[in-house]
Amino acid sequence: MARSQSEELDRKKLMADPIMVTTIAVLIAFLTLFILYPLAILLVDSFYGGGGFTLDTFRRVLAMPNFRVAITNTLRAGFLVGILSTAVGLLFAYVEVYVRVGKFVGGLFQVVSMLPVVSPPFVLSLSMIMLFGKAGLITRFLLGIYDNNVYGFWGIVIVQTLTFFPVCYMMMKGLLKNIDPSLEEAARDMGASRMGVFVTVTLPLLLPGLGNAFLVTFIESIADFANPMIIGGSYDTLATTIYLQITGAYDKEGAAAMAVVLLCITLVMFAVQKYWLEAKTAATLTGKASRGRMLIEDRSVTVPLTALCSLAALFVIVMYICVPIGALFPTWGHKFTPLTFKWFGQVFGRYHGLQAFRDSFVLSLISAPITALLSMIISYLVVKRKFKARGFIEAVSMLAMAVPGTVLGVGYIRGYSGGLFHSAQWPVFADGGALHGLFPKGLMGGIYGSAAILIIVFVVRSLPTGTRSGISALRQIDKSIEESAYDMGADSFTVFMTVTLPLIKDSFLSGLVTAFVRSITAISAIILLVTPQFLLITVQINEFAEKGSYSIACAFATILILITYGSVLLMNVAIRFFGTSRAFKEGE
Amino acid sequence: MAKEKKGVRLDHISKIYRDPKTGKEFYAVHDTTLEIAPGAFVTLLGPSGCGKTTTLRMIAGFESPDEGEIYLGGEPINALTPNKRDTAMVFQSYALLPHYNIFDNVAYGLKLRKMDKETIRKKVLDILALVGLEGMEGRMTNQLSDGQQQRVALARALVIEPGVLLFDEPLSNLDAKLRVTMRTEIRRIQQEAGITAVYVTHDQSEAMALSDEIIIMEKGVVSQIGSPQEVYYRPKNEFVADFIGDANFLRGKFVRRDGQNAVVNVNGVEVLASGAENAAAGAETVIVLRPETSVLSDEGYFPVKVIVSSFMGAYQLYHVMLGDNKLIIHEYAPQGKKIYAMGETAYLRFAPENAHCI
Repeated sequence: MARSQSEELDRKKLMADPIMVTTIAVLIAFLTLFILYPLAILLVDSFYGGGGFTLDTFRRVLAMPNFRVAITNTLRAGFLVGILSTAVGLLFAYVEVYVRVGKFVGGLFQVVSMLPVVSPPFVLSLSMIMLFGKAGLITRFLLGIYDNNVYGFWGIVIVQTLTFFPVCYMMMKGLLKNIDPSLEEAARDMGASRMGVFVTVTLPLLLPGLGNAFLVTFIESIADFANPMIIGGSYDTLATTIYLQITGAYDKEGAAAMAVVLLCITLVMFAVQKYWLEAKTAATLTGKASRGRMLIEDRSVTVPLTALCSLAALFVIVMYICVPIGALFPTWGHKFTPLTFKWFGQVFGRYHGLQAFRDSFVLSLISAPITALLSMIISYLVVKRKFKARGFIEAVSMLAMAVPGTVLGVGYIRGYSGGLFHSAQWPVFADGGALHGLFPKGLMGGIYGSAAILIIVFVVRSLPTGTRSGISALRQIDKSIEESAYDMGADSFTVFMTVTLPLIKDSFLSGLVTAFVRSITAISAIILLVTPQFLLITVQINEFAEKGSYSIACAFATILILITYGSVLLMNVAIRFFGTSRAFKEGE
Repeated sequence: MAKEKKGVRLDHISKIYRDPKTGKEFYAVHDTTLEIAPGAFVTLLGPSGCGKTTTLRMIAGFESPDEGEIYLGGEPINALTPNKRDTAMVFQSYALLPHYNIFDNVAYGLKLRKMDKETIRKKVLDILALVGLEGMEGRMTNQLSDGQQQRVALARALVIEPGVLLFDEPLSNLDAKLRVTMRTEIRRIQQEAGITAVYVTHDQSEAMALSDEIIIMEKGVVSQIGSPQEVYYRPKNEFVADFIGDANFLRGKFVRRDGQNAVVNVNGVEVLASGAENAAAGAETVIVLRPETSVLSDEGYFPVKVIVSSFMGAYQLYHVMLGDNKLIIHEYAPQGKKIYAMGETAYLRFAPENAHCI
């Protein structure tokens, strides 16, 4: 048996479609150049030295005590954050799905699940310091403790747990809703207590899902740069150590080797999560609930659970509110009245606030539509088309999900300020070379330090999220709808524009906003690549928080939250008016 | 729809798939050669997994054959993409574009052909009238019943005047009554439009009611091609006999010819049957008996024991045992006829033309 003829024919059919071929070629080039190449250069950097293959760089960094400490620090914090986030997320999800709660509590839950989406990554670190630090509102002024130290292990764990548990909550909620209530009713019917049902039925069904949530948070925690930077104090994690190695010690090879170590850890966990646990979760919880669940109304259960969740939710909300209020106090920790806008004045007057907002805003605004469109195209190709390079495109897009921002940042520095595309290594581009006039900095060398590289980093960092939501949106659409359009005589491009895109308009719009919000709040990769001619809000916040100017940092952060919250509101309005019309949604 | 009707020819077509679980390759369609005449209504019939839908999708261009060549109106079309082929498909799930109204759904293919607005409008309204959807053009697809959605899908395929119309189990999502109405409609519209149609179904009564010719497939191979009467009365093998309608099988040995008839020895009794024109004396043969043409009476070829006897209204249903071979017999219009009760012994009779040897 040989399938060569059909492969040959499929190739011919693909080649008859020049727009498709061009799109695929451009995508492959983009993914190779901006995801694979920077990662490959890290490997070259860390394994190449003195004219050949060497493990010296790894020996050197592994001999550094601070790096060895950073590895254990990172894993310890990640492990605990993973467990705590999963537990808190499960609690919230259980209460929402199983327990009858009032309108107010339901509203609290909504807010809690929304907040991390719209807030910059280090907001919780800021408020943690302002509430519980040495001059903390709660520690010093409420409790009279003068020497509380929030910096370090526990600071990171608490802040990261509060940051990441909403993700677990949303994941768990999806899973719990898929459990068929009759399974639990059958167990109840056979005489199990409510606790018994939870332990013998619900929990075992959820187990792979819990593992999944744990690993997702574990990876997030390990890759997190902003929180350890601000609240870590002397507790260095891998991300911050790499950052300091390259910005402080100018040791690019060492940083590259460290980045490879961090990348390996996240890749292994990502592989376990993606290919083992996700499949298991899907296998145990395939069915849709056949009908509604009888909610628990027993007060001995509802009251304590609801109270616990409400307290936690309120705590999270207070943490977030603390930032805008902090920006209004005259001097945090000393003088609380009268409220003043002087810090906002300083942001715009002394600290080039307007330029920072303009730069962040414009760069994110450019990158968002590129990201949204790219991720929809990738999802379309991955879900709806079959061709040879599909596996490559899918794998590299997924790979980007597992790459921590810091690693990508180091890769970009090494890849575009030096490396393959730098003039010095290619005679034709070097001084006196044939192409020197055209490319004085080498083929791609010119993009280092330009706005283009910042935009590309924004795109690459948001691409996996967009692709994931695009893929799940497209999987819901019957394949034959697109086939029918194709069959009527439309080419691939027309099918994509007139059928696919209109059908996933909601997903596209929300992808647009998510990409924008992720870009404008991004820090981990961008902080390594930004050059002085660009001022970015997140970098400013980080700088002022580092210096201890919390009020200025809060003022910056407040305006950032307003921008992101505003764009999410705008998205909801846009979806209502321009989104997939309600008329046909109900018909599905 | 004055366009030229096109025939379809499949020349030694095979399609190989890989089983995702075992990784083994297998033939979904194996060495299939077919000739579909212009203007004919041809059905691909078979159980699920027999390769009928794969064959249809190869004609449409969604799948590429691994061996052989497909011709449409005499032109080889293997390398053409679906949008370049002169075919139009009616999908099982209707596959209407949910963000367009009925008019725009039907006009979609015409707009791609860059026709002017007035022509498009006229063609769309004409075709909607043909399928019985006048005045519905402004509705959204989810405001239609299943049957109406199916009509839109049909109109959308017809309006671009394809050389061949392809149907992929179009009625299987409809309820039983509607299915019967719609199949009459489909046949009427196909005749009025005078278009070549290839229709995939696993429902044998649908195939019988619609087709000029039925192609029965089993495990990727064509079992028999013939008119509905041919495949029903003169099935080529037990699979076809069993798949089309109900069938009883009597195993025996061919003895000799007797005029038009064949004499077959079944359980030591010589019976008269039809077919087996080229059989040699002593050859193993199987006689196919349809339940409605076999008769129980007080005399006949064999004594049989009645194990079930139920009144079904239109007919009396019998299950009888001939040795350890269970036969099913339908005695139509039973009123006034002798009814055998459970446990009684009766004799089986049949006319030679109703006993086909395979």
